[in-house]
Order: sequence, then C-alpha cells, then structure tokens
Amino acid sequence: MRTDVGMPSFPKAAKISTKDAGLRANLTRATHTIRDKRAKAVAELEDWAELREAGKQIKDHTLRHLDRYLIQAEQAVTEAGGHVHWARDAAEANRIVADLVKATGGNDDQPREVVKVKSMATQEIGLNEALAAEGITAYETDLAELIVQLGDDRPSHILVPAIHRNRTEIRDIFRTKMAAWGRPAPENLTDTPADLAEAARLHLREKFLRAKVGVSGANFLIAETGTLVVVESEGNGRMCLTLPETLISVVGIEKIIPTWQDLEVFLQLLPRSSTAERMNPYTSTWTGTTDGDGPSDFHLVLLDNGRTDTLADEVGRQALRCIRCSACLNVCPVYERAGGHAYGSAYPGPIGAILTPQLRGTASEIDASLPYASTLCGACYEVCPVAIDIPEVLVHLRERVVENEPGHKTERAAMKAATYAMTHPAAYRMAENAAVATRALHPKRLPAPAPAKAWTDSRDLPDLPKQTFRQWWKETHR
Amino acid sequence: MRVALFITCVNDLAFPQTGRATVALLERLGVRVEFPAQQTCCGQMQYNTGYRTQAVLLAEKFARDFEGFDAVVTPSGSCAAFARDIHPTLASGAAPAPPVYDLTEFLTDVLGVEDVGAYFPHRVTYHPTCHSSRLLKLGDRPLRLLRAVEGLELAELPAADECCGFGGTFSVKNPDVSAAMGTDKIAHATESGAQYLASADNSCLMHLGGIAQRGRAPIKTIHLAEILASTKEDA
Repeated sequence: MRTDVGMPSFPKAAKISTKDAGLRANLTRATHTIRDKRAKAVAELEDWAELREAGKQIKDHTLRHLDRYLIQAEQAVTEAGGHVHWARDAAEANRIVADLVKATGGNDDQPREVVKVKSMATQEIGLNEALAAEGITAYETDLAELIVQLGDDRPSHILVPAIHRNRTEIRDIFRTKMAAWGRPAPENLTDTPADLAEAARLHLREKFLRAKVGVSGANFLIAETGTLVVVESEGNGRMCLTLPETLISVVGIEKIIPTWQDLEVFLQLLPRSSTAERMNPYTSTWTGTTDGDGPSDFHLVLLDNGRTDTLADEVGRQALRCIRCSACLNVCPVYERAGGHAYGSAYPGPIGAILTPQLRGTASEIDASLPYASTLCGACYEVCPVAIDIPEVLVHLRERVVENEPGHKTERAAMKAATYAMTHPAAYRMAENAAVATRALHPKRLPAPAPAKAWTDSRDLPDLPKQTFRQWWKETHR
Repeated sequence: MRVALFITCVNDLAFPQTGRATVALLERLGVRVEFPAQQTCCGQMQYNTGYRTQAVLLAEKFARDFEGFDAVVTPSGSCAAFARDIHPTLASGAAPAPPVYDLTEFLTDVLGVEDVGAYFPHRVTYHPTCHSSRLLKLGDRPLRLLRAVEGLELAELPAADECCGFGGTFSVKNPDVSAAMGTDKIAHATESGAQYLASADNSCLMHLGGIAQRGRAPIKTIHLAEILASTKEDA
C-alpha cells in the first residue's frame, strides 16, 4: 500500500483531484447519500443535543484524568489475563506488534501472516508496511479496506475507505488483483453489490480459518473492566477477534472511557453519525482472555504517537474527543471536491485537518497546509457528535503555522502592512482613494503576484466604483 | 438610540452601493444612522488566516471607534458575527463595544419590521451565507424580508446551506476547491431560474459574481440591502 510520506500540499493535490470528473461524481453521490441518511437518523432522537453534550463531557472528563484511567485500564486488562504494552510513537508500536507476531512461531515454510480488523490507529502508524518489511503479510478483511489493499491504493475516507471507487472499478480490481493475494475472483464476476460481496467473502474465508494472529484497533476501551469494544457492519471483525489464537489490539490512548454506562451514550452517537443506523450490526466486546473461548493470548498496545502533545494544547485537545464517525467528512464541501487523498493522512476531511497537524506537527508541506484546507463554513461542527469546534481549532493551528513555519514571510509582511493602514485611518483613506482613482487601469485578469492570479484564474474581479462609500458619505452627510 | 453604521472594508472600497442602500433604507425607516469616520476593518481576515496579534489591534480599534453608541449595524453577516463572537475574546481592557447587528437582524429584531416598503419586480434566489446561518443563526429572517418585497418572486436555491467556497483567504490559498464550490453554487442559482442571486455578504457575492461573470452565467449578484432599499420610484 502507498504511504503519505512526501505528499504535496493540500492545494497542489486538490488542483488535480478537483479536475477528476469521475472522482467528483463518486464522492458527491456517496457523501450526499450518507449525509441525508444521517440527518434522518439523528432527527429521530429527541434528546440528540443532550446526548451530544454528554458525549463531549464524558470525553473531556476522561481526557482530564487520562493518567488515572489508563492505569486503571492497564490493571484491569492484566487481571483479565491480557498483556499491556505502551508505545510512545509509530515506530515503537510497529516494533512491538512485529515482535509479538514473530513470537507466535512461523518460518520460511510457514509464512507469517495476520488478519486485520479495520483500524484507524494501525493505518496511522503504517503497520501493514512495517510488518511487510519484517516478512509478515497483513490481510485487510474489511470489504473497503480489502478493495484499497488489492488496488495498491490509499484509503480516502475514515468510514468508507474506498469511497472514491465505484462498483465497476471495484469489479475490475477484484478480477485483476485477487489471485495474487489468495483465492481469485469468480469467473464472470459482475459489478452487482451482492456478487462483489460474495467474491470478497469467498476470498477472505480461507484467511480467517488459517490465521493464527488477529490485529485490531478499538472504538472504545472501558477502564473499569479493561474491556475493548469494536463496532462494525460486516462481521469480518468478529471473525478476526474470535478465530485466531493470538489477538493484538493497537489502541490510541484517547479511546478510553471510564465505565460501561458511558458506552451507552457512544453506542447511540456513533452509529447514527457514521452509518446513519440506529444500531450497528456487530458490536464485539472482549476482556482479557477466556479459557476455551476466543484467542488464548491477548495483547493491548496503547499508542501515544503525538496524543500527549495534543492533550497539552488547551484549544487543540478537543480533537481527541473524536470517535471517528466521519460525519464531518460527509458534510464537508471541501472534502467532497478535493477527495480524501489530498489530505495526505489516514485522517482526511475536517477532523484530519485538525488532527494530523497536531499528531505529526506542521513542519512538512502537507501538514502546514492542512489547517487552511477549510472555508470555516462550520458544517462540520454542526454535525460533530462530540461537539468538536473544528473551525476554532483550524484557526488556532493557522496561528501556529504562521508563527513557526517559514514560507509565510511575504504574507506576514502584507498582513502587517494592511493592519498598519487599517489602524491609521489617514493612511487607509489614502490607499482607498488611490485604488478608486486608478480603477480604469485595473485589468480583469492579473499575472503575478500569486494571490491575485489565484483569484483571477477562475474569477473576474469586481469593477471598482468611482468613489468609496466614505467619500460618498462625506459629500452627502455633512 | 444612537446607531452607528459599520460599513466594512470590503463594502467601503468595492461595494459602496450596498452602503448607500443601507443608509437609504435605515433613513426611510426613521433611523438616523451615524458613520464614525475613523472606522476601518474588523480584523476577521487577519484572525482567520492566523494573524491573531494583528486582529487584536483591530478589535481594540473597533471598540474605540464605536464607543458610546447604542448599536452598531453592518451589512455583513460575517463581520457582524466576528465582531460579536470573537472580538470579546481578543480585545483586552478595551471598552466593550455596543451590540453589533447584521442589517437583517437589526431590521427584524431591533426595529421589528418585515415589510420595509420595498419594490423589486424580479425573480430572486437567496444564498444564506454560512456565517449568517451557522454563526448568527439568522434562520428565515432574510427570507421573511424578501417575501414582503412587492413584486419580488422568490425562487428556492437548491443546496442552499452549502458553502459558496469563498472563505476569505481560502479563496486564494485553495483556488481550485474554492472555484469548484463557487461554480456549483452558481449552477444551482441559475437552475433556480432567478435573475438575481442575493445574499447578506458582499465577500461571498464578490467570489460568486466573479465566477458568474467569467462563466457568462445568466444571473446577477446583489446584496440584500440593495433589494430592500429599492422602491417604485427607482423602478
């Protein structure tokens, strides 16, 4: 699978993706369908606003006492027969998982492999690529993740990773790529959803039955009992969580919630916000190990990878409330037109634009451009089930980019000059008067400097009036 | 009640006709509006682009410029929302500015009028800009004002609640996505069969008008204030 290293800035990537008519059609159709369904599912609940507030408060409380709840969870998991590992960053987490897989045996004759539940955390740390480098094959078993893996592609949506593909493309990927990964696609495969699902089912079944190790993430980790929770729609997760002998779960430290009672709130917020369902089809929970039932060896890898730094930022920390529902992606007009790949991260869309630059920093071209990948229209905040004020965090991160990153020198000078004029009314009036006095000279399309050209490439500039409002007022209201 | 007009930097320079319409409308409704001459800009562009320090200077200046008034009215939903919601978090130690109203809510909520005695015999569709609807929560106030205009036929705008793609400096930092969004908005506006696309914010309209003009779309952009100021004498 391809990675996000060395990605171009968001506007550079979007320059290409916005021109891709097929991609635009796939995304518009898909996002509008989910968006409308979500609105209906949410409208069914009279107490949605209260649920949303409860979700926000539970997460904020947990984050404030994260140290305590993490230790409580570690004790509970250990007491239930599981093993807890702490990973500071992606490299550490990948190392831990690779070593655990190797410890389960296997050699050149018996290739090492794992089956995977769809997981954002392992996507974030590039686990599949890290395992491949150690000779371990990771099989994605979620239908959309399978499409992405077979297509040597990158996910472009949190919930629907292959949202950028239509079913004809998916049929072609199955036909040409399945054989290289195991059982080939049936002959004469059509592009009907039922046929495609059946092909995936047959292809995956042998992997479920053969695998010795399963790898998952988790939607929630309940501190009081050390219980992990995965919600899913296809049942592939249930297979991976129950059939292998060893189960390794890589979980971000912000996934913790204090009690089972808290889970009740999120099991209402999450499905309605993500798949627009009243209840998701499969909810799997497990606590350590149980003799004769499911994996006999359970490992929990608790992942930091920038989360502690994010928590230290008073404005930015609200991004850690995210439950990965994707509602913000589905309503975002920028995501709809640029597509998920332009965000250069496992986390695309509005939440990605505030999460990625916090987890990875803003030093790279792509990460410094992400806080600007929004019009601040506020549609994301409106639908967020845990009330993350995404526009507020975007503006906050823009301040960070402006302060810390080079490349904003010209802009900084221009902003200072503009503000100087705006705080000195005489200078301001002079600049305005000069602008309207020279109006006849302003061309409709401008060459450099860059910002003016960026405007006139697609838009005409308004004709400047003969006099400013200020001049008119002075003439008429003295 | 002493009412000050905050014209906004964009209107002052590029859309003075909106300012003239606002003054004409308010005077027609019996409001003697004043124009503090020192005023410049609310600082939203600086703030939203990441230049908080510069925005603080402008927020403090705004508070000084409008000190002593009972209300500030502005023909911009976006600037009204910025001054009302964000200025209090920026301006430290400065005198609190008087309440700031977008023209629409000043008419409906402060003056309590919906029929402003306007005449505009054209088919019009209305784009409820993001900051008007999501920050100011204007709801159907602009539509109520438009429905009361004599001769005006209101056409429904498909996907009205979707952003037009302007977004301040977003329009030049992300020109391709911005233009793609604006092109879709103009397509929806044209689809509505309207002759005019109206809105409470000239910054959005500057972007949309530029796209319509470049694409030779059969629709004109107009600020809500200009429609509400129109009378039979103008026709």
